[in-house]
Amino acid sequence: MTVATTDTAAAAPAAARGPRANPWAWVAFGVGALYFLVPLVGMIEFSLRKRRGTYSFDAYTSVLGDPQFQQTFAFSLVMALVTIVIGVLIVVPAAIWVRIRLPWLRPVVEFLTLLPLVIPVIVIGFGYIRLYNTSSFLPMTGTAASTNVLLLMGYTTLALPYMYRAIDTGLRTIDVRTLTEAAQSLGAGWTTILARIMLPNVFGAVLSGAFLTFSIVLGEYVLAALLDRPAFGPYMVALGGNRAYEPAALAVIAFAITWGCMGLIQLAGRFQKHTRAART
Amino acid sequence: MQSAPLRSFGQILANWAGVLPFLAFAGLFLILPALHIFIGAFLDAEGRVTLQNFARLFEPYLFRAFWLSIQLSVISALLGAAVGFAMTWAVIHGNLPRGLRAPLMTFSGVAANFAGVPLAFAFIATVGRLGLVTVLLRDWFGVNLYATGFNLISFWGLVLVYLYFQVSLMVLIIAPALDGLKKEWREAAATLGATPGQYWRMVALPVLFPALLGAFALLFANSFGAIATAQALTGSSQTLITIQLFAQIRGDVLQDPRVGYAIAMGMVLITAFANTIYIVLRQRSERWMK
Repeated sequence: MTVATTDTAAAAPAAARGPRANPWAWVAFGVGALYFLVPLVGMIEFSLRKRRGTYSFDAYTSVLGDPQFQQTFAFSLVMALVTIVIGVLIVVPAAIWVRIRLPWLRPVVEFLTLLPLVIPVIVIGFGYIRLYNTSSFLPMTGTAASTNVLLLMGYTTLALPYMYRAIDTGLRTIDVRTLTEAAQSLGAGWTTILARIMLPNVFGAVLSGAFLTFSIVLGEYVLAALLDRPAFGPYMVALGGNRAYEPAALAVIAFAITWGCMGLIQLAGRFQKHTRAART
Repeated sequence: MQSAPLRSFGQILANWAGVLPFLAFAGLFLILPALHIFIGAFLDAEGRVTLQNFARLFEPYLFRAFWLSIQLSVISALLGAAVGFAMTWAVIHGNLPRGLRAPLMTFSGVAANFAGVPLAFAFIATVGRLGLVTVLLRDWFGVNLYATGFNLISFWGLVLVYLYFQVSLMVLIIAPALDGLKKEWREAAATLGATPGQYWRMVALPVLFPALLGAFALLFANSFGAIATAQALTGSSQTLITIQLFAQIRGDVLQDPRVGYAIAMGMVLITAFANTIYIVLRQRSERWMK
C-alpha cells in the first residue's frame, strides 16, 4: 500500500499549553522511533561492510558499476516517466469532465479508481497474462515491445488511485465551472481550457501524483516479474539471492529515492497552496 | 446550418470526450482482466459452469496458504494498529514536545512507501544472521539471537518486517481521528468525576471505535495482497497465498489455470470485504471529525 500525506492538520492542541509530558507517551514514542530507525542504521552499516575490517563504499561502487543495475534502473526510470504521462493524460480530463459535464458519472469513476487498491496487483497481472496472451484477441505478450506497453498499462492502473485522488484534491481548490465558462465566453476551445487553464491550476497536485507514481513504479516487482520484463524490482530480488552487501546498498539507494519523492510531494503541495492563496 | 441529429451527436461526443479515454483504459486493463479471471473461476476445462475450482481451494496446501496469509495479516494488522495508535496518541495527546509530530508524520509517509524488496534487505542487514543487531548482541552482551529461537525467515520474522509499513500506515490514517478527539471531552469527563480509565472506556474508545476498526481492515488488506517483501525475505519457504499464486502463474506448481482463477477470486473477495469495512467505517468516523 502506498500513501502520500501532506500533514495539514493544526499542531496538537494538547501540547499548546505545554503541561508535563506523559511518561507513557515517551515510552510509546521511543519504542516506535527505535523500531523505525534501527533497521535504517542496520542497512547503512551493513552496506559499508563489504571490505573486510574497514568501512568502505565498495558495495555501492559494485552496484552502481553493474551494467545490469544500470540497464534495469534505466528501464524502470523510463517506464515510470511514461506511466506518469499516460496517467496525467487519462486522469486529468476525466476528473474535470465528471466535475462539470457528467456529474452523475462521478461515483462510477471514483469506484473504478479505487479498484486497484481492492484487487491485489498479482491478480491484475494474472488477468493480463491470461487475457492478453499470444492466442487472445489482443496478443500483447507476443513481443517485448508490446509486453512493455502492457506493463505500462499495468503501472498506470496501479497509479490510478493516487493520481486521481491527487488531481481531484487539486481541482477541489479551484472553481472549475466558473473558470471553464469564463474561458468559453472568451472563445477558448476544450484543448485550450485543459492545457492552459486547468493544468497550470492543478500543476502542484499533478506533481504530487507524479512523484508518488514514480516511487511506486521504480520499485515495483510483481507485475514486472510476471510479465518477465528486465525492471529494477526483479533485479533487486535476483541480487538479494546471490550477493551479501550489495542488497543493503540497494536498500539505502531505494530509501533515499523514496524519501526524495515524498519530500518533492510536500514541496508540490506547498506550491499548490501558494497558487490558491495568490488567487483568493 | 447543422442538422439536429448531427449537432446532438457532436454534443454527446463533447460531453463524453474527457472520460472516454479513462473508461476505455479502465475497461481494458482493469475490468476485463478481472472479469476474465472471475468468470474463468466458475468454468471447467470444457467451458461448463462448475464450482469444482473452488472445491480445490480446500486442498491442504492451498488451504494452509490462505490460512497463513490470513494469520499474518490479522497479527501484523493488530500489532501495527496498536503500535501506530500508541505513537500517534503520544505525539497528539501525550504532551510531548510539539516538534515531534511533523517528523513522525513525514517519516511515516516515507516508511509506508518503503515496502517491497528493499525493506526485506534492510531487515536482513539488521537482524539477519550477520545483521547489525545480531552482531552487537553477540559482541556486547554475549547473546546469540539465533540460539533463542528467533529466525527472520519465519512467520514471526515476517510479522516483524511487515510492521514497518503497517505501523506507518496506521500513523497516517489514525492521526485525523485522534485530532478529532476533543480535549474538552476529556475535561468534561474529568469534571463529572470520571477516572482516566472511565474516560477511555466510555468516551474516547467508543468515539474512536469506527476509525480503529476501519484502520484495522485497511491494514489487513494492505498486508494480505503483499508479496514482494515476503518473496525477497523468505524465497518461498513461507507459502503465503500470494506466493502460491505467483508460483502457480509462473507454472512452477501446476498447469491448471482454473485453480489460479479460484485462488485469485478468493483473494479479491477477502480484500474487497476488508476494504468495504474500511470505507463504510471511515464515513462513520468522519462524523466526529467536523
